[in-house]
Parts: sequence; structure tokens; C-alpha cells
Amino acid sequence: MASKTAPQPPPSLVGGVLVGVLGLQGDFREHIQKLESLGVTTRDVRRTSDLDGLDALILPGGESTAVAILESSKAAHGIFDEIQKLGRAGLPIWGTCMGSILLAKDIEGSKQGRLSLMNITVRRNAFGPQRFSAEQPLDIPALGAKPFPGVFIRAPLITHVGKDVEVLGKVENGIVMAREKNLLATVFHPEVVDDTRVHEYFLKMIE
Amino acid sequence: MNTNGQSKNGQSPKTGTTLVKRAFPQMLKGGVIMDVVNAEQAKIAEDAGAVAVMALERVPADIRADGGVARMSDPELIIRIMEAVSIPVMAKARIGHFVEAQILQALGVDCVDESEVLTMADEENHIDKHKFDVPFVCGARNLGEALRRIAEGAAMIRTKGEAGTGDVVEAVRHARSIFGEIRRLQSLSKDERYSYAKNLAAPIDLVNEVADTGKLPVVNFAAGGLATPADAALLMQLGVDGVFVGSGIFKSGDPARRAAAIVKATTYFNDPAVLAEVSRGLGEPMVGRTVASLSEKELLAARGI
Repeated sequence: MASKTAPQPPPSLVGGVLVGVLGLQGDFREHIQKLESLGVTTRDVRRTSDLDGLDALILPGGESTAVAILESSKAAHGIFDEIQKLGRAGLPIWGTCMGSILLAKDIEGSKQGRLSLMNITVRRNAFGPQRFSAEQPLDIPALGAKPFPGVFIRAPLITHVGKDVEVLGKVENGIVMAREKNLLATVFHPEVVDDTRVHEYFLKMIE
Repeated sequence: MNTNGQSKNGQSPKTGTTLVKRAFPQMLKGGVIMDVVNAEQAKIAEDAGAVAVMALERVPADIRADGGVARMSDPELIIRIMEAVSIPVMAKARIGHFVEAQILQALGVDCVDESEVLTMADEENHIDKHKFDVPFVCGARNLGEALRRIAEGAAMIRTKGEAGTGDVVEAVRHARSIFGEIRRLQSLSKDERYSYAKNLAAPIDLVNEVADTGKLPVVNFAAGGLATPADAALLMQLGVDGVFVGSGIFKSGDPARRAAAIVKATTYFNDPAVLAEVSRGLGEPMVGRTVASLSEKELLAARGI
């Protein structure tokens, strides 16, 4: 029985949940801060053993080629294989920007390393160089009526989805958010804005 | 976004905002940005796991050795580098040379480094970086310099270090200086911040922001003299968000191997066993020059304060 002086856990949307964020490279800390602001316990994942006991995993923004190369290093060896197994077994996994590239089965014109979990085709760097990166409010009915502040940084686009993939948001020339059962992909960066609705949506996928 | 029309909610995409410019370097965190002078080197850097490459016509060690005026690279060279790799391409413009920056933006580079490594074009004024859609990275030796560059619109800061030396001592000094001054600032009462801002020669609103958050409002990398995996891990342990490696890679005996080792050391900076493993048998490091042996005129970090 807890004593009266025991520290109280922070208010949590999903009590006792442990969410990992792949920390090989990228804006993983932004995701960790966002999750912690929602009262979620987090883990920076850099080794295969860091995947033990996770309730969900986030693949952050970053450089997909760099992360695929780091994956082949001795310290991270086998981490993609293990994530793949967990994803197939139903672990909720959300990829933002680079993360959506890692999740995709097909990357247009590239043979780079990936998890190949989600039945989507992505086009890397679909908008051109950084000067064409932009902010754009997005209509995403699954998040409610209020537009979500989309931030696109050298962003990919989802150009094709297979069966069982639900399209949750799109812009004129491609899909920006999609879900396939336990897998979620956004090509924009909810971790760099104040709005927490996509993080909350993902946490609700943990059942 | 150029190809993106208006969405249903009636709002069109906005490019070049502060948020968009500052978010770009956030995606490079935990990574290594490598100096390259041609497409072949850029490919080696990408294959080793670089998160971006910095295009320049000569690496700093050669600028030191050759002397003469160091300028922006030939656009032809930058285009070939952009065609060779899928990772972001940065390029250097001279301090205050806003036309070189305009050219680099028009070429489609992902980030401009307004760099003390090149010869200065304006000894009084830096580029007004707010006018650009492309993000800028600028060097800084201390918190005051960092905040002045951010006030001018820099979306990313790097320590100046002392480029082209292979001597990490100045990068360490500058990183410690920035983090130390942030900690001192946090210990002050609110009414003491004005005088601190005056001494830093930095705007009070930025000083208040740093005091409240305990960090710079933009990403902060280390640069200038890093040559080994241990150097990269040292700066990461001191608290920087990532590292630039210039002459240290392509002036060494086995660039591909050293580059890959520095990438791993930057991710596993807190793990001495990994650092020991990746540091083994890398071949000759760049020869280098100690900063202490340089004359005052040879110090690049004193440019553009």
C-alpha cells in the first residue's frame, strides 16, 4: 500500500505506458518531450535490447540513409529485424517524415535499408530543396474539425497505398498521413508544434 | 511547397517561416555534417552515414596552407554535389556577402553557412538572414555571438572552433563558453538579466528566452578542429546537438572508414566500449597544427564576432 508521502505519478492519458523513440539520429528528443508532457514514460532506443517491454515505438524525423547505415553498425546490429518482428506482431509503430520512409515497403527509386512494414509507396524529398519546405494547416478528420498545423521539412509524400491502408490526410499531390492497423505514418512533424493531437491519436492505438 | 495548391481549409503553404527554417536543423540532430569539395567526396560522406554535406572549394586546412581569398564554391561544383547525393547539401558564403547567399539559395542548397572560414566580405555587418527562405548556420565562440547571429535570423549555430587545424581545443572552449554562460544566466534574478544582456551585447528578449528555457532557441552543433571519433563524442558529451567535421575526414589516411567511425561515435557518444571499437585501426589522422602555434592573424574564429 502506498504511503501518504509517496510521490504521485504524473497525470497520464495512458497510465503505465512505456513508449520508445528510436534515438539513432534525428529529432527524437522532441518526441520524448512531447510524450513526457502527456505523462507518458519514454525510452531512447539505440540498441536491440532497448526494445524489450515497449508498448509502442516512434521513428522520428531525421536522415533515412544515415539511420539505415547506423542500423548496420555493430552496436545497433539487428535492430531493424527486431522492430520488423514487433511490428508484425502488432506493436504500435508511428513514423514521422524519415520514420514514414523507414516504414514503407516501397521507396521510389531507392534500394536503401528500411523496415518494409507498411503497404505504402513513398517519394523521398517530394517537394524539392529546403527552401520549398513549408507550414500548411491540414484537414485531418480523425483529429477533429480544427486543422492540424502541418510542418513539412524536405518531406516525403505517400504516393500509393495498398489494401488495408486508411488514408487519414492528404494535400493536393499526395497523402500525408496514413494508418495500417498498428502502423501510423505522417510525412509532417507533429513533434515540432504545440498541438499534441497526433501524439494523443497514436497513444490511443495502444490497446 | 511549390507544387502544393491551396487546401480545403483555404490556407496555402507558407515557406521560409522561422519555424520551418529552425525545424530543418532539428532533423540533423545526433548526426555528422561533413565538408566535401566534390561529388566523389559527397558520395563517400553519404555512404558513411553523414546527415548532410557542406560544399566548399577547399577544405579549411588547404585554405590555411594556400592562402589567398577564399570565396563561395563554383555553382557548377555545388550542382554536381547536389546531383550526387540525396542528403541535404549546405554551402558556405562569405560573412556579409548576401549576394553569394542569394546565389546559393537560387541554386537550391538546403542551408547556407555564413562562414568565418572564408574571407570576410563585410567587416561590420553580417547577412540579414531574415530575408531568405533558406536557413542559415553561423559560427559562434560564446553566447553573445550566438544570440547576435540568431537575432540576425540564423536558424542554427555551430561553435567556430578553429577550422583546418585538427586541434579540438577551441571547439571545446566555445562549447563550454556557450553552455557555461547559459548556466550563469539561469542563476540570475530577472532584474539582473538586463545588465547581462548588455555585457553579452545581445537582445534582451533572446536573453530572457534562453534564461527561461535553459537552451538556445536553435540547434547547436560543434565545429572547428574535430578530427577523431573521440573528438566528436567529447563535444556530444559536453552537450552539443551534433557535429561538423571538416578537414578531419578528407585530410586523413582512410576517409571512408574515419567518416563512418565518427558517425557511430556521434550516436554512441556515451558508450566508451563502442568508441573504443570504432576508433581502432583508422589509419593516419590529419596531421594538423596546434592552435597555440598559430599567429593571431591566422585565427579564423576572430572573424565576424
